[in-house]
Amino acid sequence: MSLPVIYVENLTRRFGDFVAVDHINFEINAGEVVGYLGPNGSGKTTTIRMLLGLLAPSEGEATVLGYDVHRQSEEVRARVGYMSQKFAIYDDLTALENLTFYGGVYGITDKNRITQTLELVGLNGHEHTLTGALSTGWRQRLSLGIALVHQPKLLFLDEPTSGVDPTARRAFWDLIYRLAESGVTIFVTTHYMDEAEYCERVGVMRDGKLLAMDTPTNLKRTVIKGDVWEVYAHPLEQGLEILHGLDGVERVGLAGDHVRVVSSKVKKEALQSLLRKNKIQVEKIERGEPTLEDVFLALAR
Amino acid sequence: MNDYLVQAENLHKHFGETRAVNGVDLNIKSGEIYGLVGSDGAGKTTTLRLLVGALLPNEGSVDICGYDVLKQTEQARSAVGYLSQRFSMYEDLTVLENIRFFAEVRGLSSSEWLPRSMEILDFVGLGKFKDRRAGQLSGGMKQKLGLASALVTRPRLLLLDEPTTGVDPVTRQDFWQLVIRLVSHREADTQVDKYTGKQDDTSITQTENALRTTHHAPITNYQSPITPGVSVIISTPYMDEASRCHRVGFMKNGKIIAEDTPSNLRARLNGRILELRGSPLNLLRHVAYEDAEVEDVQAFGDRLHIRVREGKAQEVIHRLMSGIGSEGGHVDELRVVPPALEDVFIALSEDKNHSIVS
Repeated sequence: MSLPVIYVENLTRRFGDFVAVDHINFEINAGEVVGYLGPNGSGKTTTIRMLLGLLAPSEGEATVLGYDVHRQSEEVRARVGYMSQKFAIYDDLTALENLTFYGGVYGITDKNRITQTLELVGLNGHEHTLTGALSTGWRQRLSLGIALVHQPKLLFLDEPTSGVDPTARRAFWDLIYRLAESGVTIFVTTHYMDEAEYCERVGVMRDGKLLAMDTPTNLKRTVIKGDVWEVYAHPLEQGLEILHGLDGVERVGLAGDHVRVVSSKVKKEALQSLLRKNKIQVEKIERGEPTLEDVFLALAR
Repeated sequence: MNDYLVQAENLHKHFGETRAVNGVDLNIKSGEIYGLVGSDGAGKTTTLRLLVGALLPNEGSVDICGYDVLKQTEQARSAVGYLSQRFSMYEDLTVLENIRFFAEVRGLSSSEWLPRSMEILDFVGLGKFKDRRAGQLSGGMKQKLGLASALVTRPRLLLLDEPTTGVDPVTRQDFWQLVIRLVSHREADTQVDKYTGKQDDTSITQTENALRTTHHAPITNYQSPITPGVSVIISTPYMDEASRCHRVGFMKNGKIIAEDTPSNLRARLNGRILELRGSPLNLLRHVAYEDAEVEDVQAFGDRLHIRVREGKAQEVIHRLMSGIGSEGGHVDELRVVPPALEDVFIALSEDKNHSIVS
């Protein structure tokens, strides 16, 4: 068994009294696609900056591709790719020119390599389009190409598909899975559940702590112990208030035309009779599937 | 007087050769949250801008609260609050000063905007931050300030253009609870006393606390800060948001190709989505693709979603179970799952013969 691609032990970073990252531990193996999910300020970016060797840990250690992130940070940075949302692509250059420019930054001058990268991200046919004229989905592919031009073994993606629709997101992820199959390890930071659903394993961050890291399926099973009920009733807001007061109900929230109830103890019949007793008209109560959002809100409480 | 707050008929907007909006009809009732969902460039933002009167249509008409947007632009516009994708605020002004600016631009006098602003700020949970500079607010608070600014004219219709892009899940949840409460708000609502239930959900509690405080300062001629029966039209590329709307319109190439409640939309694919977990995923995907009754296979991290032809689920489950086994793969779980809105979106996007549109 080869060494983990990312190995993190008790990694901690303080800024004065503030603990941005608090004793986190995890391992990621070659070819895995792992998500790192948390709200703004939960410590995601601080973790990445330490893994890239841009910020020294206050405590603990981390290795990336076998190199110590702090003492051998240049070795690390030469071998990883980073696609950031805020990454600058030059709008007045074509896709090809952007890629050639950034290839040059990494010392890549081989024209074939540039062409292969364009093909890999599916931009052939768009080489000579000005980047400013590309849609969000295509720009994201170009950003990915730029992060891949030096053929990294590990790729950091920061909210790679924010603001795109499911079709474009799916096309992007099909590309990511192909990369993972070829052995590239993928680490995705995001605060979108839609994105986290695409990862093989997801770590949940909150206030600097890694609360859980597991497959989406296992997270839904272990964190959401109860059932999810979708309650369609009138008037809805009053129904919500009544269900709020009920013992054994973990979470109640409005979801547009229905109320979403997460509960380990209370069953459908009990919800129905309680609502009816309070003169709420119950249209139907359906069993729902737990989502990563349920997991996140349950853990974040 | 008709039943609809918004009536748009046969809207067209061309930019050169591009037909950004190509025959859109919309009928939105009072108190409705309507989601415009679609790809980048499908025409969502252009549609919203036509509704607010910021763009003139090449063809078609828009009525808002009975006012023709083309002929009675001022009256129609005064009924609309608009939160654009990149709404701007003055970072070196305080929260209250920002609201004041938006109110005065819209022609409100200080006797009107001041009491109202405080109530709206309390409603969105920014009351105690009124003197904080906007630049010092977190992302979620900035977004609530944007919402508050759009509400200060007490609009009947609120247009939100991708309001939660870049906002984390807890904040989004909070924002949505506000939007949902906005549309279900009733005149002279005495919400204070009703909230006595257990509140263990942080986001909901925050919102409810905010609501509770709206009644702390009795104001003469008290009027609810929010007009009753507000309607909301929201554009979004996110399916978790779409699923919170009362009705959703899927936009593609400038047209609304399907429109219904989220549950009815999902029902169009009932019994046709299978979830498959097992290993190795590659082999599973390959075997699933080969099946003649399988329309589509989508990889999701640790599992596959498989769309099968109508009525073929059991047949496909049988075939896949044995097929995967004989290829040397392993199945952990294979079952019919309730369709997600994402499944519907993808099916609609590639639906050439419109088999699930109607």
